[in-house]
Amino acid sequence: MAQVTLTNVKKIYPGGVEAVKGVSFDIPDGGFCVLVGPSGCGKSTLLRMVAGLETISAGEVSIGPRVVNQIGPAERDIAMVFQNYALYPHMSVYENMSYGLRNLGTPKDEIDRRVKEAARILAIEPLLDRRPKQLSGGQRQRVAMGRAIVRKPQVFLFDEPLSNLDAKLRVQMRVEIKKLQRALGVTAIYVTHDQVEAMTLSDKLVVMNAGQVEQIGLPAEVYKKPASKFVATFIGSPPMNILPGTIDGPGIVALGDAILEARDLRQDLSPQTPVEVGLRPEDVEIASEDEAGSLPFDVEFIEELGATQLFHGQLAGLPFVMQAATDAVAAVAGRIWITVDPDRVHVFDSKTGARLGR
Amino acid sequence: MVEDRRLGDAIAYIVLSIGVLIVAFPVWLTFVASSWDNATIINGQLPLYPGPYLFDNYYRILFVGTSGSTREPVASMMLNSFVMAMAIALGKIVISVLSAYAVVYYRFRFRMAAFWIIFVTLMLPVEVRIFPTFKVVSDLNMLDTYQGLAIPLIASATGTLLFRQFFMTIPDELLEASRIDGAGPFRFFKDTVIPLSITTIAALFVIQFIYGWNQYLWPLLITTKDSMQTIVIGIRKMIVTSDALTEWPLAMATAMLAMLPPVLVVIVMQRLFVKGLVETEK
Repeated sequence: MAQVTLTNVKKIYPGGVEAVKGVSFDIPDGGFCVLVGPSGCGKSTLLRMVAGLETISAGEVSIGPRVVNQIGPAERDIAMVFQNYALYPHMSVYENMSYGLRNLGTPKDEIDRRVKEAARILAIEPLLDRRPKQLSGGQRQRVAMGRAIVRKPQVFLFDEPLSNLDAKLRVQMRVEIKKLQRALGVTAIYVTHDQVEAMTLSDKLVVMNAGQVEQIGLPAEVYKKPASKFVATFIGSPPMNILPGTIDGPGIVALGDAILEARDLRQDLSPQTPVEVGLRPEDVEIASEDEAGSLPFDVEFIEELGATQLFHGQLAGLPFVMQAATDAVAAVAGRIWITVDPDRVHVFDSKTGARLGR
Repeated sequence: MVEDRRLGDAIAYIVLSIGVLIVAFPVWLTFVASSWDNATIINGQLPLYPGPYLFDNYYRILFVGTSGSTREPVASMMLNSFVMAMAIALGKIVISVLSAYAVVYYRFRFRMAAFWIIFVTLMLPVEVRIFPTFKVVSDLNMLDTYQGLAIPLIASATGTLLFRQFFMTIPDELLEASRIDGAGPFRFFKDTVIPLSITTIAALFVIQFIYGWNQYLWPLLITTKDSMQTIVIGIRKMIVTSDALTEWPLAMATAMLAMLPPVLVVIVMQRLFVKGLVETEK
């Protein structure tokens, strides 16, 4: 168990492509850090640098007190779970799990004890003699986890471990991974492009885009105060509405004809500055026409999700989506009136996409 | 539709049966000829059923030899052929597995150049480079030795190519998982690559064993001693130009014996062999 520290880590490929452009953060001992971002954002490369599978072009990675830049993957005291599990197809589950320990020269009875224990924790005891080919996707996933656990590593590394599973199993395994990590207290770094996984698993969320860190924080923080337009649209489902607007006064933005209060907005912006206003579909409430600050929303069609409905339409002439409980309104198209909590209006710089917050 | 298929099946079986007959008949004829005495064959009245001299003929050819052209018994020829075929098959597997492993998994200077040089040797079979090869072998004093028989035939690209293609289908994650599990290049090779390659190795073994066993030109050139003769050369020597001197039953028995080991290798390794050529799933 150890703290992991990344200091200005870069990855530059021989062709000159900069896949990771100077990333710094640390993960406390026993923390669960999720790297999330669209494909090609450098999150997997970063993980592989921590694992020692990619060389580090610049910067420093340390695990516990040791700088591991020049240390091979086997000596870094880490364990990794791969997207396709990477189980050795010719070995039984038992052999798969014990292979790393055998290479370390661990005594046989110790190996046996640890493998049995991991198998018990993961409930895969009956599978120990099988080959990976004879296992289902979920079972393979467990074996891959087991292979990581028996090493008793300082750090677990997960590279999109759930993306080969079906939706139901994914939710189930997600919970199990979280429980297991808690129980073992091992520091974990988890890479995913799925923002739901990212939100639910992490106690430190790192949102990446184009080789750079966009925001680091608690998942709730990232959700409530996204540092940029990119983070705002990436985290949250359905994605945040982004509408072009202008500054109308201190803490006030205009969307076409409509006026909106934004409590978190910086006060020093001059009127008429073009900005982008972000409103989460779930932060909008249905109101009546005569309510103060209510905005007209022309609903064009409705998507039924069961517990909630998605209303698609035009807000002040701009495409907009809102989410509301199914019984909140009659499911008909037409004009309705909505209000927005001023604390939940996000304003971004229209050029840089940075949050214009206090 | 059902009738149609039955008719189709019948036609398929008939065609197959005719094919089998065409292939099997000469073998049967050889077998029958090896069981009669020379006089019967020379008369040109070979029956289509086995004769009374089967065991006599085989005993004589295996342990005594013919009376004229080849003084050595066939047993020792078979041993020579077997040693040569095994050396070629095993040598080729070892060399090609190692070179393919290097080409696929190591990043070194001129890696692709090395690969292409190996690849180009495909266009230079033994027949093309026979004089320089002979010169090298004779300068190294390897004429009339097992080394001389086998080594020049070991060097070729087919195996390397086969293994290269196979290794490239092994997912990179297995290599990475091995690295994290503390397996160095040699361990990865021994614990993961070789076990996964077993069927490919078996396929190559079968092909190369038969290739080695059937060699004619090369052994003919570099062996002069009777004791180093291979069985293929032996058959050739038994068939003398003047018909009367050829001991046909013995030559036929030798031909039957020459067919035996490749057939055995194929039968024993068949399952792995087919898997190795067909299987794509890892």
